[in-house]
Amino acid sequence: MPDKNPASPGVLRVREEGGSTVVELRGRLDDETVARCWREAVDAERAAAGGVVVDCSGVDFCGGAGFALLMAIEEAAKERGRAMRLEGLAPRFRALYDAIDRAKLEKPDVPHRGQGNWIADIGYSTAVRAGEWREETEFVGEVTAGLVALGRHPRRLRFREWWMIVEKTGTSALGIVALISFLTGMIIAFQAAVPMGQFGIDIFVVNLVGLAMVRELGPIMTAIILAGRSGSAFAAEIGTMKVNEEVAALTTMGLDPVRFLAVPRVLAGIAVTPVLTVYSMVMGVAGGVVVMMMRGFPLIALTNQLAGAVAPQDIFAGFIKSFFLGAAVAGVGCMRGLQTGAGATAVGDSTTRAVVAGILLVVIIDAVFAVVYYQLKF
Amino acid sequence: MPDDDQTTIEVRALTAGYAGRVILSDISFRVRRGEVFMILGGSGCGKSTLLKNMIGLYPAISGEVLIGGADIVGAAGPARQKILRRFGVMYQSGALFGSMTLEQNVCLPLEEWTRLPASARSLLARLKLQQVGLGEFADYLPSEISGGMQKRAAVARAMALDPGILFLDEPSAGLDPITSAELDALIRSLSRNLGITFVIATHELASIYAIGDRAIVLDRGAIVAEGSPSELREHPTNDYVRAFFRREPERARAA
Repeated sequence: MPDKNPASPGVLRVREEGGSTVVELRGRLDDETVARCWREAVDAERAAAGGVVVDCSGVDFCGGAGFALLMAIEEAAKERGRAMRLEGLAPRFRALYDAIDRAKLEKPDVPHRGQGNWIADIGYSTAVRAGEWREETEFVGEVTAGLVALGRHPRRLRFREWWMIVEKTGTSALGIVALISFLTGMIIAFQAAVPMGQFGIDIFVVNLVGLAMVRELGPIMTAIILAGRSGSAFAAEIGTMKVNEEVAALTTMGLDPVRFLAVPRVLAGIAVTPVLTVYSMVMGVAGGVVVMMMRGFPLIALTNQLAGAVAPQDIFAGFIKSFFLGAAVAGVGCMRGLQTGAGATAVGDSTTRAVVAGILLVVIIDAVFAVVYYQLKF
Repeated sequence: MPDDDQTTIEVRALTAGYAGRVILSDISFRVRRGEVFMILGGSGCGKSTLLKNMIGLYPAISGEVLIGGADIVGAAGPARQKILRRFGVMYQSGALFGSMTLEQNVCLPLEEWTRLPASARSLLARLKLQQVGLGEFADYLPSEISGGMQKRAAVARAMALDPGILFLDEPSAGLDPITSAELDALIRSLSRNLGITFVIATHELASIYAIGDRAIVLDRGAIVAEGSPSELREHPTNDYVRAFFRREPERARAA
């Protein structure tokens, strides 16, 4: 019975008898004993000059591994163009052995999926990519339409749920945004202070930190943190909903998943990112100021210098950009979530793709803004 | 080991629940070797909790669950591993790993627990899949086959290491009558041919009559009846058992 402990370790004996090789198996054929004698048994068959007889009269239990061994010997015999003779296997095991459908055990010559020819592969990937492009374009359109519709009928927003999203993406991010921005400001100031000090212009470190944080790093750092924290969360959340057919349930209830799931999140991203960005600018500049004070500059000199270096339009430039960054990061998170396929791996893939695409978009949008601002002399 | 040598699982005075809430109180029963034992009861009666306590997934509040004479409740480390190898479990959803083919799913426990060469593992996995009627689907991913097939594949994975006991949580849930009957036939054949003991939590009457040797009925966290399905049907011990087996709406009962 399967429940009992293994009895005998020496399960295999090979002997020659009347011109054929006898492979004698004894005791319990379970995964442990079979693992020990597998190669020897199969090799005995390969080495046999004549036919092979497998004598199982001493076998008192034959588990799955035992059947696998018998099949392997049978296969090896067949390859040599001979038949294996099986003797003495107890009827209840014999019935199971005879029930094995040999034809269905063989690996199919053509796998049911995978390797086609490379031309087909190129065509397939192109079609997939084109389909994704279409989906992505549609998604942008649907979200924009959803936001516009919400602007017309603000009461359609499910405010409590939206506020929860705002809390998760915004309020909970304050700590990490503060820490990273403050440290970034400090690091830039430290790195710049030494070489600039050699020329006696270390007061201008404040200009550097101020402009860098306000125009570029504040918005970018905030958006990247948002992509890592919330873009990934949106993708995982919506992806799991997709896998659990919750998205399908929304659709069949006549609710558009994009309007219901994506629009509130994108709106939360748009609402939260500018606030976090301003917060990040302040913390970054504060980091730089702290370093300069440690180097002996009085606070009043630093603030005067800062007021001369950073104009309101610089702050405005970073602020405007942050709306777009927030919308892009939140949107791409939701979109990847909605594109999720089946299974746990698919959720992981969507999350990865959401973060990668989010960060990539941040850099692209920032580059576009840099060009536009340059042309506008802003 | 209990005095009766035919006993393979014994639950003694098991009290279980989560987060301070007691769901099962003072449950005791025995499962005999080779039988198809059913845990019956309506939704929310504690069937799944009992099953999950029996397989050691949740820690019991008090009591013992002896599997082949060893208590799984307090076991840890290698002792626990040894008990875990005595049984296989099929979860309600099948719980196949979505990123692996059926063959890889069945191979996983073999890779971890046996020293069989790769070719032997692959052959063995295909044999197990064939036993559940999925021989041709070894290279498919779980998402590429139907729900009923996924459950059968889960049975194949649970059987990979030739355990003496299989625990099945709601095997017929979400299956059509034909697929459900096929699964019942599979359970019967595995029980007859391989002598595997089955412990099945279910509320599917057709399955209960078709394959159950013995059953307990749970209601509000306690055993209210024990016996063969036909006995329970013909001689119900209380109103709940009568209502359960006759598919009657339950009348208002005293709280």
